[in-house]
Amino acid sequence: MASRMQPVDVVIVGFGLTSAILAHELTEAGLRVVALERGGWRDTSTEFNISYAQDELRYYWRRELFQEPARETITFRNKMSETALPMRHLGSFLPATGVGGATIHWNGQTWRFLPTDFVAHSHNTQRYGAKVIPDGMTIQDWGVTYDDLEPHYDKFEYLYGISGKAGNLKGQIQEGGNPFEGPRQREYPNPPMEMTYGPTLFGKAAKEIGYRPFTAPSANMPRAYTNPLGVRMGPCTYCGFCEKYACANYSKSSPQTTINPVLMQKENFELRTDSEVLKVNLDSSGKRATGVTYVDTSGEEYEQPAEIVAICAFAYHNARLMLLSGIGKPYDPQSGQGAVGKNYAYQIVSSVNVFFDKDQIFNPFVGAGALGVIVDEFNGDNFDHSGLGFIGGGYLACWNTNGRPIETHPVPKDTPKWGAKWKRAVADSYQHTISLATHGAVMSHRDNYLDLDPTYRDVHGRPLMRLTFDFKDNEHKMSDYLTDRATDIAKAMKPREVHEKKREGSYSIVPYQTTHNTGGAIMGSDPKTSAVNRYLQSWDVSNVFVVGSSAFPQNPGYNPTGTVGALAYWSVDAIVKKYLKNPGPLV
Amino acid sequence: MAKHDISRRSVLSSTALFGTWFALEPIAKAEAHVYSREQPWTEEHEDPPHGASPGPYQFFTADEAAFVDAAVARMIPNDDLGPGAKEAGVTTFLDRQLVGPYGRAQTWYMQGPWEKGEKTQGYQYRLTPAQLYRTAIKAIDDHCRETFGGKAFRDLSIDQQDDLLQKIDKEDMKLQNISGMSFMTFFMRNVVEGFFSDPIYGGNRDMVGWKMIGFPGAHYDYRDYVSKHNQDLKIKPVGLKGRPDWKP
Repeated sequence: MASRMQPVDVVIVGFGLTSAILAHELTEAGLRVVALERGGWRDTSTEFNISYAQDELRYYWRRELFQEPARETITFRNKMSETALPMRHLGSFLPATGVGGATIHWNGQTWRFLPTDFVAHSHNTQRYGAKVIPDGMTIQDWGVTYDDLEPHYDKFEYLYGISGKAGNLKGQIQEGGNPFEGPRQREYPNPPMEMTYGPTLFGKAAKEIGYRPFTAPSANMPRAYTNPLGVRMGPCTYCGFCEKYACANYSKSSPQTTINPVLMQKENFELRTDSEVLKVNLDSSGKRATGVTYVDTSGEEYEQPAEIVAICAFAYHNARLMLLSGIGKPYDPQSGQGAVGKNYAYQIVSSVNVFFDKDQIFNPFVGAGALGVIVDEFNGDNFDHSGLGFIGGGYLACWNTNGRPIETHPVPKDTPKWGAKWKRAVADSYQHTISLATHGAVMSHRDNYLDLDPTYRDVHGRPLMRLTFDFKDNEHKMSDYLTDRATDIAKAMKPREVHEKKREGSYSIVPYQTTHNTGGAIMGSDPKTSAVNRYLQSWDVSNVFVVGSSAFPQNPGYNPTGTVGALAYWSVDAIVKKYLKNPGPLV
Repeated sequence: MAKHDISRRSVLSSTALFGTWFALEPIAKAEAHVYSREQPWTEEHEDPPHGASPGPYQFFTADEAAFVDAAVARMIPNDDLGPGAKEAGVTTFLDRQLVGPYGRAQTWYMQGPWEKGEKTQGYQYRLTPAQLYRTAIKAIDDHCRETFGGKAFRDLSIDQQDDLLQKIDKEDMKLQNISGMSFMTFFMRNVVEGFFSDPIYGGNRDMVGWKMIGFPGAHYDYRDYVSKHNQDLKIKPVGLKGRPDWKP
């Protein structure tokens, strides 16, 4: 029998990036807010201590910063004809747990999507004809435009102290920025990061070809920064323990370094950790949420009543909670009906290793998560796709994030997997090799989706999320094209050797790729084909908001976090300015 | 890994101080941690790493350790570039890893049902890393004794050892419970971990792995070097516990 807690105005599921933003804005509006986080408290001086943060084995290889599959994982299959099996240990992506969520271990690469990304369906059909969208590709327009989100991108970038150079200031293209980006109203809050050798060479070669490279927008601080909430961050020390690790320097943006110091002091906010939400509770009509049921580590159940429920649990966890709670119609891939679980997408990435002789020294360990130079000519619809056989694109990058040796010890093609020759190749290549990356979009397809697994369960006995996903023709063609373009730049750098590593075959859960899981609770203009409306409000249960990359109808060619932050601000703005004045469906 | 939480007493007293309008009973009984109007902080709260304890092998039998010594020496041999995996203490590293939570697959999802699955679905064996090693080592040594007139892997010539490891990787010699290539991939991954992880974990003795490639180790501030393009920085490596000539 669940113990009933005092009702609050808002209960938020999870306490990561989106939760902190929502909690802050809603408490500013005078609401009483409770956040429930299933993981534990984490903070810089204690859990990310500068004395031991730089431990490659512990935090990445022994997975200490991430969610433990033993408690809960997903099941996975490429095709509906296969049986989904548990992801028994982490590989392809690294979901987090604990205060701050995945922003503790992200790299800080922070982007805005292109204006055309938000209208991918109508834009591509308009430009290339309806046939450019093959049968089974289920991309949709978002229901919001870049212009709608612009002020919220700006707000997020200033909260997170993003460093960069504007490429398009109110319609004027600026030197040194991304010439393809949508117009922004003002400069970034911090200047671009100082660049190391490898990406500088890449930028030179890219310019020679005729591209317009620029320094990547970054959430690693180039200098000390005080954000609009008065929270201070320190300068990045280029330690090379960024992505997959926590920052001990207060120089990587996260809820801990941007919001929590202010939020935690508020008298109308309460955080409960080690509190796992089992489901959202609905009233007998099924159209209104009454709150959530959660469980603590002793197994005691509690009911937290609330006027508004915000599901901010990360990507696919959001879709799972909706399914477990009976919110919205589950997606059926056979009929195409229903929207909860639909349009799961990811990222398709590839790389090119570029080997130089010993006269070129790169010092790869001098790095940061978002330190790099970008070529964006082949992202989105920035280029003419006529005759290429795919839509979408991605950026080409020379990132200089790390030289951590367990992870980063490149060797030339055909080097044996171990032994004396391997050892020699590692010793000869470590200081003299850089790697180029392509970061490609993944379109949505009819048979890439999420639902509840029929067999496997979590520690509470709830069915696991089942993921059915593979890259399709569109993704492979696009990724191969991007890899070829990266190879062009690699060759222009005049190295000794270039090793192109295209993404081949079916999507595998094994090697790390990105933690850019999207979809499952997509936003849109039509309740038949989306799970939430343009304000991320559930079409079916109007006092439930579902915030995260779960809202993306398909995944463009940039890292998702910038847009996740912007959508969080956009959604909570609608809650405060519209919903509170008139509770009910906003659309 | 043990996590140290702030004392329950300090949590409950702060709730009492600022009123209980957020929560009804039985909050006192809850195993949740409630944070309100404060950023929790306790003096001397820390979460340091648990390095390898000194002493004899805790997981490997003498036979197993002898196998591992010989096998890791083939993966990363001792040569003119410097010490190899054996000299670096990778056997000790593996021993401590396998006796601990990693060896037990503590954080892995190890519930059935069990099916073979596609390669893209990843590891689907019932074996924990500890069981995997124990099973594979026995299978390989048994095979050696049968094939090489009673000799264990450690007694073979270097060429014979190299040859056999290649055969396992190519599935020409079958291991019972796991694909040979899967085991070799697993093994090499662990060997690389042992060669390049911080010395507190028992491997990378004297930072020989880091010295071989020029990785400075646990340094955390490279701001002075960002603009030093294409320069040999000659930074002396340091581990989480410092280095021998470093007197704090």
